[in-house]
Amino acid sequence: MKSRHVIIFLSLSFLTLGLFLADLAWGSIPVSVREIFSVFFGKGADAINSEILLNFRLPKAITAILAGSSLSVAGLMMQTLFRNPLADPFILGVSSGASLGVAIVMMAATLLPVAFISSGWALIVAAIIGASIVLLLVVGVSFKVNNAVTLLIVGIMFGSIAGSLVSVLQNFSNPDAIKLFVMWTFGSLSAVTWNYMQVLLPVVLIGIGMAFFLQKRLDGLLLGENYARGLGISIQQTRFLIVIASGLLAGGITAFTGPIAFVGVAIPHIARGLFRTSSHKILLPATVLCGASLLLICDIITQIPTYTLPINTVSALFGAPIIIWIILKRK
Amino acid sequence: MSILSTQNLTIGYSKKGKTDVVQSDLNLELRAGELVCLIGPNGSGKSTLLRTLVGLQKSLSGKTAIDGKNIAGISQHEKALLISLVLTDRVDVENATVKDIVSFGRHPYSNWWGNSTEEDDKQASEALEMVHIQKKANHYLNELSDGERQRVMIAKALAQDTPIIMLDEPTAHLDLPNRVEIMLLLHKLAHKTQKAILLSTHELDLALQAADRIWLMGTDAGVECGVPEDMVFNGSFNRTFESRSYFFNAANGNFSMNYPMTGKVSVSGNKTRLYWTLRALARAGFEVVENADVRILVTENGWQIDNKTISSVEELLLDLTQLVMIDTTPGI
Repeated sequence: MKSRHVIIFLSLSFLTLGLFLADLAWGSIPVSVREIFSVFFGKGADAINSEILLNFRLPKAITAILAGSSLSVAGLMMQTLFRNPLADPFILGVSSGASLGVAIVMMAATLLPVAFISSGWALIVAAIIGASIVLLLVVGVSFKVNNAVTLLIVGIMFGSIAGSLVSVLQNFSNPDAIKLFVMWTFGSLSAVTWNYMQVLLPVVLIGIGMAFFLQKRLDGLLLGENYARGLGISIQQTRFLIVIASGLLAGGITAFTGPIAFVGVAIPHIARGLFRTSSHKILLPATVLCGASLLLICDIITQIPTYTLPINTVSALFGAPIIIWIILKRK
Repeated sequence: MSILSTQNLTIGYSKKGKTDVVQSDLNLELRAGELVCLIGPNGSGKSTLLRTLVGLQKSLSGKTAIDGKNIAGISQHEKALLISLVLTDRVDVENATVKDIVSFGRHPYSNWWGNSTEEDDKQASEALEMVHIQKKANHYLNELSDGERQRVMIAKALAQDTPIIMLDEPTAHLDLPNRVEIMLLLHKLAHKTQKAILLSTHELDLALQAADRIWLMGTDAGVECGVPEDMVFNGSFNRTFESRSYFFNAANGNFSMNYPMTGKVSVSGNKTRLYWTLRALARAGFEVVENADVRILVTENGWQIDNKTISSVEELLLDLTQLVMIDTTPGI
C-alpha cells in the first residue's frame, strides 16, 4: 500500500470516529462528549442521558455506519459487475424488490403468524428475498444481453413492475398498514432496536465478508468478462456470489431502514476519486469508511430541524449532485 | 514441437436446437516458438475458431488438446496457466495504471487475497520491457494511445507466462507504423520466448512478412496451413479470396484490383517510371500487350508516343484516351 493511501485511510478513520461521536452528541437533547464517555466507561452518569444514548442514539449511529457501508459496498460490486458507473442495487430494481417483499409482509400481515412478523425476521427475510429475486432476474437477463445500457433499462423495468405490484397491494390494504409502509419508504435509521440489530449485524457482516472474499475476482472483472475468464476466473460462480452478497447487503439494510437512495451509486466514485486506484483491496475498505461517514453526516443533518427529516431525502440531496458531477466529468 | 492440436474440430453456433456450422473437421497444429497468423475473409470464422480454441465457446464436435490434454476437461484456472488472451474487447479501467493492468496477468499465480510476490513483480516488469513500454509503467491507462494500449494488453499476456498466446485482431484500429511494430514485436517474442503465438488479422501483406506459418480460412473451404511463401506459390490466396474485382498479386503479395480493360497499348522503357506508368494505365483501363497500335516509350523524365513528348501522367492518359477511342470506337 502506498503511503498516500495510509494517510487517507487514517484520516477517514478519524473522520468516521469523530462523526460517530458527533452523531451521539447531537440531537434534540444535547449530550456532551464527556457525558458520552461517562455513560460508556465510567459510573455516575445521568440515567436519562444513558437511556437516550444506549437505547436510542447508539443503535441509530451503528445503523448509520452499517447502512452506509453496506449500500456503498453493494454499489461498488454492482458497478464492477456491470462495468457501468451508474449501476447500483437501487437503480437495478433491488429497492423495489425489497419494497415489494416488505409491502407483502406488512399489508398481508393478517395472513401471517403475529410472532413471525414482530420478530423482525419476517421483514428482513421478505426484503432479502424480494431484493434477490429482482437481482437474479437482472443477472439472468445479463447472460442474454451484453449491452450494459439495455441491462439497466431492464433493471428499471423490473423495478417498475415491483413498484406497481406494491401499488396494487396498497389499493387493497387498510389505512393503518399503508401508513406503516409509507413511513418505511421514507427511510429511518432509528427503527433498528438492539433486538433487530442481532439480525442486521450478522447479515451485514456476512455480506461485507463475501465482498472482501471476492475482491481479487472483482479486480479481474474490471477487464471485462472474457479477459476475466482468460485469467482463470469462473464468471458464472462469481456473478452469482456478487448477486447474493449485494442482495444480503442492500436487501438487509433496506428491510430495516427503508430505501436509502444514492449512497450506493455515489460513494464508490468518491472512494475512487480519493484513492485514485482501481484495486478492490483498497476500494472496499475505502467505500466502507466513506459510506459510513456520509450516512453519519446525513443522520446529523436530519437532527438539525426541530422535526426530524426522513433520511432518504437528505441522502438524495447529497447524492443527486454527485451523480450529476459524475456524468459531466465522464463526458 | 506441437503444443496445441485439434482433431476433427467442428466450430459454430448452436441455438435452440439449430446448429450453424462455421467450419468443420479442422485438424490444426500449433508449435512452440512460431508466430501463426490466421487469415480469412470476413465471416469465415476466425474469431469463432479463436474463441473455441481458448474455450470461451463450445465446439460442436471434435476436440482441442493442449500438451495432450483435452481442454474440455481442464479447469478455468489450469487453462489460464496455458493460454493467455489479447481480445478486441475494449479495456477501460478507471484509475488503473499500466502496471496494474499488466499485473492482472499474474492473477492465476497469486493466492485468493492477490498479494504479489517478488516473482510476480519481476515477471510484470520484464513483460513491460519486452513490449517497450516500461517508461509509461506508472501512467494511467486512459492517458495512452491505442497502439500503447494494445502493447499493454500484450504485456499482460506475457506476464501471464503461458506457453500459448492468442490474439484476436491485435492490429485492428492501429495506424500503419503501429501495425508493423506490433507484428514485428510478436514475431520476435515468439522466437525469443519459444511461445506459440496465434493471431487473427486482416493484414495479408504484414502476415506474409511476419508469420512463420499461415492458417488460411476460406468460407466453407476449411483451413489451409503452410509457410507463407509456399501458399503464395500454390495459389491458395487466390482460391480463398476469389473475386471479380481484385486478384492476389503473387509478384508483390498484395491484392490488386481488376480494372475493366477497354484499350490496348504496349509499353517499354525506364524501369522505375515503368512500374508507376503501368499502374496508371491499369487504372485507366488500358491493357498492356506486346504489339499494340499505340506504343508508349517511357523515358528518363517523360513519355513519348509517336515521337510526341509528354511530361505528366495526366496528359499521357488524356492523349491515350483520344488515340485509343478513335481506334476502338468502330469495334463497339
